[in-house]
Amino acid sequence: MTVRQLVISHMNRVAEEQRLSLAPLTDDLVLLDCGLDSLGFAILAARLEDELGVDPFAAGASAGLPVTLGQFVQTYENAGR
Amino acid sequence: MPAGDPLSLRETLGSGPIHAERILCGFEARVRFADLLNGSTLQAPLAELSGCSVLLRTKDHFATALALVQLDGAAERIVVAPSCLPPGHLPALIRDAEVDVLVTDSEEPEDFELARERRIRCSSTLVAVEKVPRARHRTEWLLLTSGTTGLPKMAVHDLAGLTGAIEGRTAYAPRLVWGTFYDIRRYGGLQIYLRALLGGGSLVLAGSGEPIPDFLKRLKARRVTHLSGTPSHWRRVLMTPLNDLPDLRYARLSGEIADQALLDSLKRNYPQAKIGHAYASTEAGVVFDVEDGLEGVPLDLIDKPHEGVEMKIVDGTLRVRSVRGALRYAGRDKPPLKDADGFVDTGDVLRLANGRYHFLGRKGGIVNVGGLKVHPEEVEAIINRHPKVRMSLVRARKNPFTGSVVVADVLLNDKAGASTRAKDMEKEILELCRNALPEHKVPAVIRFVTNLEVAHSGKLVRHYA
Repeated sequence: MTVRQLVISHMNRVAEEQRLSLAPLTDDLVLLDCGLDSLGFAILAARLEDELGVDPFAAGASAGLPVTLGQFVQTYENAGR
Repeated sequence: MPAGDPLSLRETLGSGPIHAERILCGFEARVRFADLLNGSTLQAPLAELSGCSVLLRTKDHFATALALVQLDGAAERIVVAPSCLPPGHLPALIRDAEVDVLVTDSEEPEDFELARERRIRCSSTLVAVEKVPRARHRTEWLLLTSGTTGLPKMAVHDLAGLTGAIEGRTAYAPRLVWGTFYDIRRYGGLQIYLRALLGGGSLVLAGSGEPIPDFLKRLKARRVTHLSGTPSHWRRVLMTPLNDLPDLRYARLSGEIADQALLDSLKRNYPQAKIGHAYASTEAGVVFDVEDGLEGVPLDLIDKPHEGVEMKIVDGTLRVRSVRGALRYAGRDKPPLKDADGFVDTGDVLRLANGRYHFLGRKGGIVNVGGLKVHPEEVEAIINRHPKVRMSLVRARKNPFTGSVVVADVLLNDKAGASTRAKDMEKEILELCRNALPEHKVPAVIRFVTNLEVAHSGKLVRHYA
């Protein structure tokens, strides 16, 4: 599974658990419009950290908070390298 | 000692007949309580310790138990060092307690310095002495708090306060055999020791590092009737094969929150025993016992003063004013132990629900999820309801989106066989939490672990952020 697929699959799972519906997941989708709330993102980040062994948004890491889904995915792709 | 003052520990023990069968049983050695009246384990006359401030530091708590009987009434002050005390803390504690004598069973050079070098050896073997000097001091007992990090504080107690909750002194109860998983060098364990010593009966102590299955075997052989430990100890007992204790009449839980799932498991495993949970702290002393088999605390127990103990809840935490509490913290520049009205803030958070008070955990252990507070114990109690869960540890993990999220480490029990899939378990536990808790309290991540760290104190090790 690619990082992108992993991110998407976790987003779908969080949304399902939180009983939220997601907007069509395109690269230029603004994250805040995707349908997840801040708790949803928090859960998503925690699970991706477990899967990928990295929290690119942690204090000390260089990544700023992403605006779009594309940036969000890319941050994880970069961090994994 | 002036007339009217309370007796020393040895004098109290000797104020009535002591049945010859009553013993203190350690991992390697055992002694008869009666032999403590005119026995010594110290390699110096007791008179040499008169008025001294003593640091009592032994490898095994059995040696401390014996030394305490001799030192109370002789020394001005006893600092009781528990096993897990980091040596780096000793210089500060020695300074604050103005220690001038070290009593130890170790022959190795010490890893710290005393201003006036005095060192007296003690052992685990009682030697009869001709004459025991009369008690001359109302000895201060300095017990260390078990804080999460940093230098422990020393709470100053006296024997009257320490023994205030003990009923039926020196009455001989032929089939009363206490056991404890605790270190008797800390407040909770010391209570059990004093209870056995003065309340009648015998006591079986765990050896340092003795595995729980081995200790259980010894307890069973000694036909233990009263056994005390933390909920974490008891969970491990339940995980141990051959954990039957046919003579058990009283299982006592203290030091951590006892949840209903655990109380029920214990009742199923030991149907003949009373299952009770108790609340005590190094600072506040013994506060209350709950013996109706239910989690939480009946309202009466907190709202009505009893036996010199008053309680109130201020800003969510339990405050206690008690004749059995510590007098103060030892040392200069220490924060006051009590407020102006004499109440100790226990830092334990209580909430009223369904006609009882429930402990939610420590004020300091709170997880803050995007401004919403979560008490780890509240979430653990829900997770622990799952029939395949043995225990769980809930904690905060830093998170870029909400500051923190709740994560749970879960230890499964033996009902979770090889066919149990982690993915399914995770789903079931999350479902359980979601049905019982608001969203922010549901763990973001569940990890299945093979072990949860339990400290010397018997409590789950919690690393607070």
